Amino acid sequence: MASVTELLDGKKICICAGSGGVGKTTTSAAIAAGMAARGLKVAVLTIDPAKRLADSLGLPELGNTERQVDPTLFKEAGIDTRGGELWAMMLDAKETFDDVVRRHAPDEETRERILSNRIYQQLSNALAGSQEFMAMEKLFEIHAEGRYDLLVLDTPPSRNALDFLEAPKRLTQFIEGRALQVFMKPAGFGMKVFGRGASVMFGVLRRITGVDLLEDLSEFFQAFSGMAEGFRERARRVTELLGDDETTFLVVCGPQGEPIEEAVYFHRKLVEARLPFGGVIVNKVHYEEDLADDGVDLVAELERELGDADLAKRVAANFADFRTLSARDRENVGHLAAEMRTRAVIQVPYLDEDVHDLAGLMEINRYLFAAGSEERAQIAAAA
Amino acid sequence: MNHVTRFRLGTRHAGTIPPMSALFDKRLVIVTGKGGVGKSTVALALSLAAAKAGKRTILCEVAAQEHLSKVFHRAEVGFHEVEMAENLWGISIDPDESMREYVLLQLKVKAMRDLLFRSKIFTYLAAATPGLKELVTIGKIWELTLDDRKVRKGHTYDLVVVDAPATGHGVGFLQTPRTFAGIARVGPMHQQAKTLDKFVTDPKKTGVAIVALPEEMPVNETANLERDLTEEVGVEVDRIFLNGLYPERFSPAEVARLEQVAGQNGDGNGPVRAACRSAIRESRRAASQREQLARLEEMTKAPITTLPYLFDPEIGVEQIEALAEEIA
Repeated sequence: MASVTELLDGKKICICAGSGGVGKTTTSAAIAAGMAARGLKVAVLTIDPAKRLADSLGLPELGNTERQVDPTLFKEAGIDTRGGELWAMMLDAKETFDDVVRRHAPDEETRERILSNRIYQQLSNALAGSQEFMAMEKLFEIHAEGRYDLLVLDTPPSRNALDFLEAPKRLTQFIEGRALQVFMKPAGFGMKVFGRGASVMFGVLRRITGVDLLEDLSEFFQAFSGMAEGFRERARRVTELLGDDETTFLVVCGPQGEPIEEAVYFHRKLVEARLPFGGVIVNKVHYEEDLADDGVDLVAELERELGDADLAKRVAANFADFRTLSARDRENVGHLAAEMRTRAVIQVPYLDEDVHDLAGLMEINRYLFAAGSEERAQIAAAA
Repeated sequence: MNHVTRFRLGTRHAGTIPPMSALFDKRLVIVTGKGGVGKSTVALALSLAAAKAGKRTILCEVAAQEHLSKVFHRAEVGFHEVEMAENLWGISIDPDESMREYVLLQLKVKAMRDLLFRSKIFTYLAAATPGLKELVTIGKIWELTLDDRKVRKGHTYDLVVVDAPATGHGVGFLQTPRTFAGIARVGPMHQQAKTLDKFVTDPKKTGVAIVALPEEMPVNETANLERDLTEEVGVEVDRIFLNGLYPERFSPAEVARLEQVAGQNGDGNGPVRAACRSAIRESRRAASQREQLARLEEMTKAPITTLPYLFDPEIGVEQIEALAEEIA
C-alpha cells in the first residue's frame, strides 16, 4: 500500500500511462489537483481530443498553452491550497510539431517548404508515435522553463501504453532512416548509387503509387534533411528526461483481466527500458467486505430483517454478484502486485457517481492520497 | 435482464426503430468507440447475432488484438480467414500483410514483386507515407466484402464486421481513404482511395455503430463522435450500443427499506448490512446510469440499444452468446 504523496516525493515529472478507457485522464487530473491542494504549483498536460480534462476542471477552452484553474473552485470545494496552483493544458500535436519545425529549420525557406508540404501536413496525425512524441516534446519544453514544481502528463489515448515509450525511436528512425537518403538524393544521383535496380524499383513504385506521391515524399525528406541532426539531438534529450531521477511513471489500469495483463506487460517494458516505475493505480475496483462464510443463511437473515422474502432473495443474489466481481478484482490486483513485485499499488473503488468536477477529483484523492492503513479503512468505509 | 431498445420521440425515427436486420443487410458494419467501452465484445456479439440470423459473417480485428481467438479458445487467428462458429469467420488484419497482398494484386509480374519486397526502399515507403498502412487495412476489409473476391479461394461473405481500432479520433479510421486521396492526388492509389471512400460512406453498403458506456464522459464522447461522423465524414450512425447497463433491481421503496436496515447498528449482523449496502449501491449506479441513458438519448440521433452489465468474472463464449441474444 502506498499513497501518491510518497510516490511523488522528490519528483518533478509524473507520467500517467496505460491503455485506453482506464480512467487515465481523470487520474492525472486528480493527482494534479491533489498535489496543488498540498501547496505545489502543478501543471497537468493532456492530449485527449474529447476534452475530458477540460470538462472536469471547468475549462471549456484549453489551448496549446497552460491555463490556470480558477482558485475559487478549490475554495468552493473547501480546500485551502496554501499557495498551490493548478494549471492545465491540452496538447495540440500538430501545433507542437509546427513549433519543432520552426525551431529546427535552418532558414525560412526550408521552414515554409516543410510546413506547406502535404506529406508533412498529414504527418502529425497519421504517423504512429508522433502524437506521443509531441507530448514528450511539450513536456520537455515546459520542464525546461522551470515554472512548475510538478508536471503531470496524461499520455495520449493510444491502443497500448507501449506506443508512448517507442515514440522517440520511431520518429528518429523515420527522419533519419536509410531510405530517407534515397529520397533525399536528386533522382539522377540516386539512380547512380543504387544502380539500375533502383531505377526499375522507382518505376514499379510509381506504377502503384502515382508519381506525385513519390515527389512529395522526396521533397519532404529533402526539406527535412537539414533538421535531422537537431531532431535526433532533441529526441535524445527527451528520452533522457524520461529516465531522470526526478521523473516517475505511474501505470493506470482497471481491475479486469485484460487491463491488468496490459499493465503487467507495460511495467515489464518500463523496467527493460530502465525507466523509473513509481507505482500502479487500479481504478474502479469492486470492493465488498471479504466476509467469512460461517454458515450464515443470508437469505433467512435478510428476510428476518427486511420482512420481505422476495426482496431478501434479490438482495442476496445481488450481493453474490458483487462478491464475485470483488473476488475477481482482488485476485487480479494480487496477481498484478506479484508480477510487478511492488507494494506500490493504489486501489480506487468503483464510486457511485461519475467524476466530472473538482469535488469528484477530491473524492478520488481520498484513495489516491490515503496513507497506508488509512486506505484500507477508507475503502472499507466506502463499501 | 431488462433490455430496452428505446422508443425515440422527436427524431427522424419517430415511432419506429429500424430493426437490427437492417444493419445485418449491409455489407460492412464498422464498430467504433473509445477504448475500454467493450467495443470488441460488442463487435463479436454483433457478428455472432448476424451469423445466427443466417448471414455469412466475418469479424475483422485490426492491430492484432486477438479477442476473437481468446473467446473461442483458439490459436491466434492471424491474417487468415478462420471459421469460429457456424456462419462466423474471423480474421486479424495486419497492415504489413495487407500491404503485401495489395502489391501482389497490383503487380502481376513476379519479378517485379520480388524486386519490391526485397527492397528496403519499399519497406521504408510503406512506413513513411502517412496513412498508407491504414489505407491498405481498409482496402483489405473492402476486399472481404466483394462478391468476386480478389484473393484466390476467398470465401464470399454476406457481412463484414470491423472492430475498429480505438483511437483518439473515432472518425480517423473512416476518414483515412479521403485523407489519403488528398495525399496522392492522382494515380492508381488515388483511385483506390476514392473507391474505398465511396464504399465506406455509402449508407446502403456500410453501417456504423458506436459503443458507449452509461457514464458521463463516454456519453459526451459518443455525442461528439456522432457529430464528427456526420459533419466531417458525412455518414449517419446506424446504431449506438449502450454497454454495461446495470439492471434496476430494487424499487425506490425497497431502497428506502434497505437504507433503514443498513443504518441500524445491530452488531453481529455484518453480512446483512453489507448485502443491504451492496444493493443500495447497485440501485444508485443503476439510477445514475439511467440519467446517462436519458442524456445520450437527448444528445444523439441514432437509435440506441442497451446491453446489460454482465456479472461474470470473465467474458467467454457463454457471455457473448447472451449478448448476441440481446442484439438479435
